[in-house]
Amino acid sequence: MSGYVRRAWSVVWKDLLSERRSKESVNTLVFFSLLLLFVFQFSLGPDRARVETALPGLLWLGFLLAGLLAFGRTFLVERENDCWEGLILAPGDKSAIYLGKLVGNVLLMAVVEAVLVLLFALFFSLDFTSVLPGLVLVLALGTLGLAAVGTLFGAITAQLRARELLFPVLLLPAAVPVLLASVSATQTVLLGEPLAQAAPWLKLLGAADLVYLVVGVLTFEFVLEA
Amino acid sequence: MPVRALGWLAVLGLVAGIVAAFGYAPREVMQGNVQRIMYLHVPAVLTAYLAFALVFIGSVGYLLTRRAGWDRLALAAAEPGVIFTGITIASGSIWGKPTWGTWWTWDARLTSTAVLFLVYVGYLLLRGMIDEPDRRARAAAVVGILGTANIPIVHFSVKWWRALHQPATILGPEPSPIAAPIALTLFVNWLAFTLLFLYLLAKRTEIARLEERHAE
Repeated sequence: MSGYVRRAWSVVWKDLLSERRSKESVNTLVFFSLLLLFVFQFSLGPDRARVETALPGLLWLGFLLAGLLAFGRTFLVERENDCWEGLILAPGDKSAIYLGKLVGNVLLMAVVEAVLVLLFALFFSLDFTSVLPGLVLVLALGTLGLAAVGTLFGAITAQLRARELLFPVLLLPAAVPVLLASVSATQTVLLGEPLAQAAPWLKLLGAADLVYLVVGVLTFEFVLEA
Repeated sequence: MPVRALGWLAVLGLVAGIVAAFGYAPREVMQGNVQRIMYLHVPAVLTAYLAFALVFIGSVGYLLTRRAGWDRLALAAAEPGVIFTGITIASGSIWGKPTWGTWWTWDARLTSTAVLFLVYVGYLLLRGMIDEPDRRARAAAVVGILGTANIPIVHFSVKWWRALHQPATILGPEPSPIAAPIALTLFVNWLAFTLLFLYLLAKRTEIARLEERHAE
């Protein structure tokens, strides 16, 4: 077991290290989030009430769009310099690689989400501090679900011709329940209602996360083959 | 040839189904003749579920055994499955216009059926983009398994989503308890659709086998 965790961690570490040196994903995605804010503002108009009503949906639309960019790239770096062969040749259970990539994606999304929430608070003068613990819980559960499917489908589409077309077409319908549950739970949290109100949604998110994780762990070895 | 016999049985069943739907089944009191679209709508969705169950079985079977036959089963079930889901949505729309006054409403069942349709269209698109048979079968199997595992999650999320927004919807067109002639007509049509599906499945499997032999 410890060997399994170590192998997963070495994938996380490798990706964090290369990200720290290149800063490709983080820089671009943070900038992308800023752009999204403008897009939302322009498409909804100056009326503040409309932004506030649509806020849970807007937040998740932002995360989803950022996620489509981030998750689709997960395995693209591995296509260069025969890295893919390196992953296949790595000893032990291949699902450790999946979990490592998944953790990397969740960390990346955590940064993007923190920035986007901060930008929303700043530009629309909203105060999230009182609802922060609930919000963090919903974001964590929702992001895990998105990333679990996104990482798996990212690996599937990495080798394809029209991957940037196919990846969203596969991910979006699969992500419908996560999106519905996350938006609804976020709405409950942002309205300042007790977290128990959102309990069915949080349970559904938990169940969805579990199912996606299990499918991902069990099937990843078949995806990774050449 | 058993496949051809299956085809003729399906034709026979469909003719009997149409005759029963228009000649035998009574005119529904509330909705009138429009209700007869149910004899297309309900069998189509039941057949679609059968098809997607077979996609799941074929996908798991392929990953476990790596035998091409399982992959052919998944493919041959997925294509008619998407068609039958499309028929379900289209016939439901046509039924909805006169009874609910709208072609589409974001009702729980409508939405989850539409999501199902999108998932398996994505599945077929993915298959179309990979040329190498083993790689295509593996990728499709993973997407097929996740798609099926997702069905209950989609179902509950969409159901709660509607329930939490709108407690009582106007939907619920089924007259209950269903009268015996209506139930019998439904059964005949369901049987006919299942036979038709099995015929399409057999034919599509055969075509896939010939395609593979041709590619070798």
